[in-house]
Amino acid sequence: MNHLSSVKHVIIVLSGKGGVGKSTMAVQITLGLHAAGKKVGLLDVDLCGPSIPKMFNLEGRDIHQCSEGWLPVYVDKEQRLGVMSIGFLLQDLDDAVVWRGPKKNAMIKQFLGDVYWQDLDYLIIDTPPGTSDEHISVMEALRAYNPDGAVLVTTPQAVAVGDVRRELTFCRKTGIPVVGIIENMSGYVCPHCSECTNIFSKGGGKALAQQNNVPFLGSIPIDRHLTLSLDKGENFLESNPGSPALAAINNLVKRFIALDKDLP
Amino acid sequence: MESVPENAPEHCPGTQSELAGKASACEGCPNQGVCSSLPKLGPDPAIEEIRQKLSKVKHKILVLSGKGGVGKSTLTAHLAHALATDESKQIGVLDVDICGPSMPRIMGAEGETVHQSGSGWSPVYVRDNLAMMSIGFLLGSPDDAVIWRGAKKSGMIKQFLRDVDWEELDYLLVDTPPGTSDEHLALIQFLSGAGIDGAVIVTTPQEVSLTDVRKEINFCRKTSLPIIGIVENMSDFICPKCHKSSVIFPPTTGGALKMAETLGEKFLGSLPLDPRIAKCCDEGKSFIEEVPDSPAVTAFMNIVEKVVSYCNEFVKKTEAETGEAMDFS
Ligand SMILES: Nc1ncnc2c1ncn2[C@@H]1O[C@H](COP(=O)(O)OP(=O)(O)OP(=O)(O)O)[C@@H](O)[C@H]1O
Ligand SMILES: [Mg+2]
Repeated sequence: MNHLSSVKHVIIVLSGKGGVGKSTMAVQITLGLHAAGKKVGLLDVDLCGPSIPKMFNLEGRDIHQCSEGWLPVYVDKEQRLGVMSIGFLLQDLDDAVVWRGPKKNAMIKQFLGDVYWQDLDYLIIDTPPGTSDEHISVMEALRAYNPDGAVLVTTPQAVAVGDVRRELTFCRKTGIPVVGIIENMSGYVCPHCSECTNIFSKGGGKALAQQNNVPFLGSIPIDRHLTLSLDKGENFLESNPGSPALAAINNLVKRFIALDKDLP
Repeated sequence: MESVPENAPEHCPGTQSELAGKASACEGCPNQGVCSSLPKLGPDPAIEEIRQKLSKVKHKILVLSGKGGVGKSTLTAHLAHALATDESKQIGVLDVDICGPSMPRIMGAEGETVHQSGSGWSPVYVRDNLAMMSIGFLLGSPDDAVIWRGAKKSGMIKQFLRDVDWEELDYLLVDTPPGTSDEHLALIQFLSGAGIDGAVIVTTPQEVSLTDVRKEINFCRKTSLPIIGIVENMSDFICPKCHKSSVIFPPTTGGALKMAETLGEKFLGSLPLDPRIAKCCDEGKSFIEEVPDSPAVTAFMNIVEKVVSYCNEFVKKTEAETGEAMDFS
């Protein structure tokens, strides 16, 4: 497990609810930190539904082994952005990973222990929804490394906020600090009449942060350019100047860059 | 997996497994000697108990998706509401999303508790002919997190299937969490005696979602679970102001219809993203009744019809194959 001791900041992206944009936010934060000159790793521990390879257009790439362990797949030539996902280990992209808990736990231990990240400024960990095997295993393994904490992603509607409340309890019980809450998919601007509709209502994430005394990291609007970028595996931050979600994401990334400055 | 002793090592194969006492994890386990020598009991007796318990349930349907947040619970709840508009039918909904139970809120039953009766748990009735069960009803507060590993979740699902008193049902709809893991395997295993009519698979149009859903379809094929068909949710957005449609989640690879065609599965229909649906879910109301003018309602009723006719066909086919009339009286 000593590969993680040369990682400066570890951030876990969590949500009790599925499909709220955990992977999307993990990817944007990673890209933003990378653009700011940081060396970043992104570990995908969603074993049944890995989205990260697709979102970086890295599907079909293989993992290589070196004497120190597994080498991540690098997105850039300078090797400042490395990615690890079970997607790289599957023969066929459509294969279902039908694993019960113990097998998933063993895989996650390997991901946390055997990947040779080298010196990272940040390791971002993307998770599946819930509070079960994957999450318990990650938390147990990370405790020794003093992670910065968890970022909770929610959409504004009550159904999602309800699940994220449970995720806060999970963080408290497992002793992991909460970096803050992101409200994703906050509003949608109609391309025909410019009316902004709060499809999934509004403000639920902010209210939850206030009630629980944890930082609110910002609201990200619904932006079809973001969906498109991720489907194509493009870098959204570079290819969509002026799009509604960009400013919000850039603001969000600043909070994460600041984590590195706050240290002595 | 429910046969894992308290003091077992992490990767215990279970005392009933072929590998009991022989797996690498068994090295050094205090139970190793006992496990490797005891005769195996064969299939879990719960499978037969569940078959008997559910013998008066005509149709069993699973709602699945590889991807989170695509609308499985919304679809399950409204399928239930739609089926329950026929007052002669009895409907049950079982929520096996153990870590993120949203069904109680969507069905407007938050804060209800279940009662233990002589023969098991009585479900919560949200209408005269619509009963439901969820772990949400067993939690003390909405903040309670269920921090359970898979084996414990499977045990809970077994209990739900075996111990809930549905009595007679025309339809039992099972809402699942995303993925292809413990919960899904538990359902397949424990319902193997009772039988499942099939699975409705839900997705949204974009490739990030379809990628995961193809895995789910492969899971169904691997486990011989029939697929009723695929529903595409959130296909387009109708602006409440100008009533024009726009696409939020673009179908970059042709959406669910194309995927269904490619894989030879049935496409059941698409549902638009209507903000009023999200609001109904938050408030625990049925959008079929609250916003009957929404284009989503027409599209939805069409899907319900296809599911119903599949189920009728399924029973006919099974009866023909077994040469026995299914007796539910
Ligand atoms: N702000 C946004 N605007 C538009 N589309 C978005 C936004 N956030 C996320 N999406 C899209 O929504 C879908 C779901 O997002 P994502 O895959 O990141 O969710 P997730 O929480 O990781 O889901 P899962 O629980 O399945 O892992 C993706 O197609 C993504 O591109
Ligand atoms: Mg994800």
